[in-house]
Amino acid sequence: MSEELIYTRPESLRERKTHYCPGCGHGIVHKLLAEVMDELGIREETIIIAPVGCSVLIYDYINADGIEAAHGRAPAVATGVKRVHPDKIVISYQGDGDLLAIGTGETIHAANRGENISVIFVNNAIYGMTGGQMAPTTMSDQITKTTPYGRNVQDVGYPIRACEMLNTLAAPVYIERTSIHDVKNIRKTKKAIKKALQNQMDGKGYSFVEVLSTCPTNWGVAPVKAAKWVETAMVPYYPLGVFREEKETV
Amino acid sequence: MSKSVLMKGNEVLAEAAIRAGCTHYFGYPITPQNEIPAYMSKEMPKRGGCFLQAESEIAAINMVFGASGAGARVMTSSSSPGLSLKQEGISYLAGAELPCVVVNMMRGGPGLGGIAGSQADYFQATRGGGNGDYRTIVLAPGNVQEIADLTVQAFDLADKYRMVVMILGDGYLGQMSEPVILPEPDVKPVPKPWAVSGAKGREPNKVMSLRLTPDDYLEKHNIHLQELYKKVEGEVTQSEAYMTDDADYLIVSYGTSSRIARKAVKMLRNEGVKVGLFRPVTLWPFPMKELHDLSKKVKKVLTVEMSAGQMLEDVNIAVNGVTEVDFLGKLGGALPEANEIVKIVKSYG
Repeated sequence: MSEELIYTRPESLRERKTHYCPGCGHGIVHKLLAEVMDELGIREETIIIAPVGCSVLIYDYINADGIEAAHGRAPAVATGVKRVHPDKIVISYQGDGDLLAIGTGETIHAANRGENISVIFVNNAIYGMTGGQMAPTTMSDQITKTTPYGRNVQDVGYPIRACEMLNTLAAPVYIERTSIHDVKNIRKTKKAIKKALQNQMDGKGYSFVEVLSTCPTNWGVAPVKAAKWVETAMVPYYPLGVFREEKETV
Repeated sequence: MSKSVLMKGNEVLAEAAIRAGCTHYFGYPITPQNEIPAYMSKEMPKRGGCFLQAESEIAAINMVFGASGAGARVMTSSSSPGLSLKQEGISYLAGAELPCVVVNMMRGGPGLGGIAGSQADYFQATRGGGNGDYRTIVLAPGNVQEIADLTVQAFDLADKYRMVVMILGDGYLGQMSEPVILPEPDVKPVPKPWAVSGAKGREPNKVMSLRLTPDDYLEKHNIHLQELYKKVEGEVTQSEAYMTDDADYLIVSYGTSSRIARKAVKMLRNEGVKVGLFRPVTLWPFPMKELHDLSKKVKKVLTVEMSAGQMLEDVNIAVNGVTEVDFLGKLGGALPEANEIVKIVKSYG
């Protein structure tokens, strides 16, 4: 009997245990990214920016060159790297606190310049690394370490929709929001990441993929329930779909 | 031999940087250093380099972090309040051992302060405003020619030691026009095998300042940094001694204030007063031994600076009690006057 190999770990993913909690979405998004890097054959061309947040150690998992940014500064660091290596693939992988609170300025201006980079934004509606504080994307009435009575939007404002905000800018060529709450949406997320990287390879410009994700530990729910919460609580407020797609010109 | 040209300090700095192989510049407007980004924006595109006006000082220093991590010779420039914003980035650059040149054309503070030149950021430059045990090499030019020469040196030192090198000038120096012979440095690319460039045919590189595991990783890294700084202290110190051989009194001053101190020395010498000038060119590492040796031979040391007494602390460490140390400080953008210095030194006799 000969055995047929039908699945293997992507070369772009290092073989090691991660520090992520059970049910955390980062593992899925890392794997999708690694699979896409393999499929596009860009592992040796890629430079990944590690942000401050749970994914700060991403260079320990993605098998490519990595550079770590200060909190919120990943798009600025990505800009510096890309301006030195315009022919390399630069990926800014960021969480919600990083991208939409402390780093809002860098996010908007990198997008507005149309930097030819790919931004993967993992939105799990909470600060994970520091133990579950309110994020700019924390849902209304959601309980966190710093909103013990629920997020009071009259006091601290409404959750920010990143895709909609960036879609007001002229330069971005691709903006899409996806989710990883079920298999169908995980597949869509992979497609979106692939498109974002392909755009960069083609020199098209700034691509932004927001991925709705889970944080069972800090939400205080089991992984299956966490996925359900993404679907029932987050998706209605953060609608999935393509916000911007460059029209093909003939 | 190149011809001497008349140019403004800030523009000379920018031109010298390009000649020294600076390929990337990121900055944000602030007076009194705006001629640097303006010059870069005009010249970089013509000469194959990159000029980018960032959305903030914070973004600019982090673009520097990215470009340096990617292996480029890179510079940013600002003035005092802008440097405060860059401190976090400087700490990260130091933590990741990334080379770059950071320019501070100082103005008066605290806060928004004023736009006239000042020397009130000596502590920030030499002690560091960012977190952690780190050092930056600090070069203090005293005239426009020295701006050119030290800028070239700054890039070489940064690459050699993988450190942040700060050029600490001030608004007066940046705005001043003087004849200068522009350097024609022989730029040899320094190999940077640690830089991120895509892991083609090699193990991936990691540029980072986070060191969590194993438990002693961060401690060991800090010990390594301190050993590096010790080496720099032994190799990089620069200073100038002017008319000090027979001096009874010694004035210690750097940058713009040292120009006025030099004039005072000449005036005093014309009146027969034996006085000399000691001018630190590197503020970190501070020329401790050189100043200590000189101070042993004089009756009194007078520190002159445009601050409330910041370099004074290093002067006191260097003199270490072997002679008396006096102080003249000017605040908030005011300049010392040569007559004032003359009067003080004459009062010692």
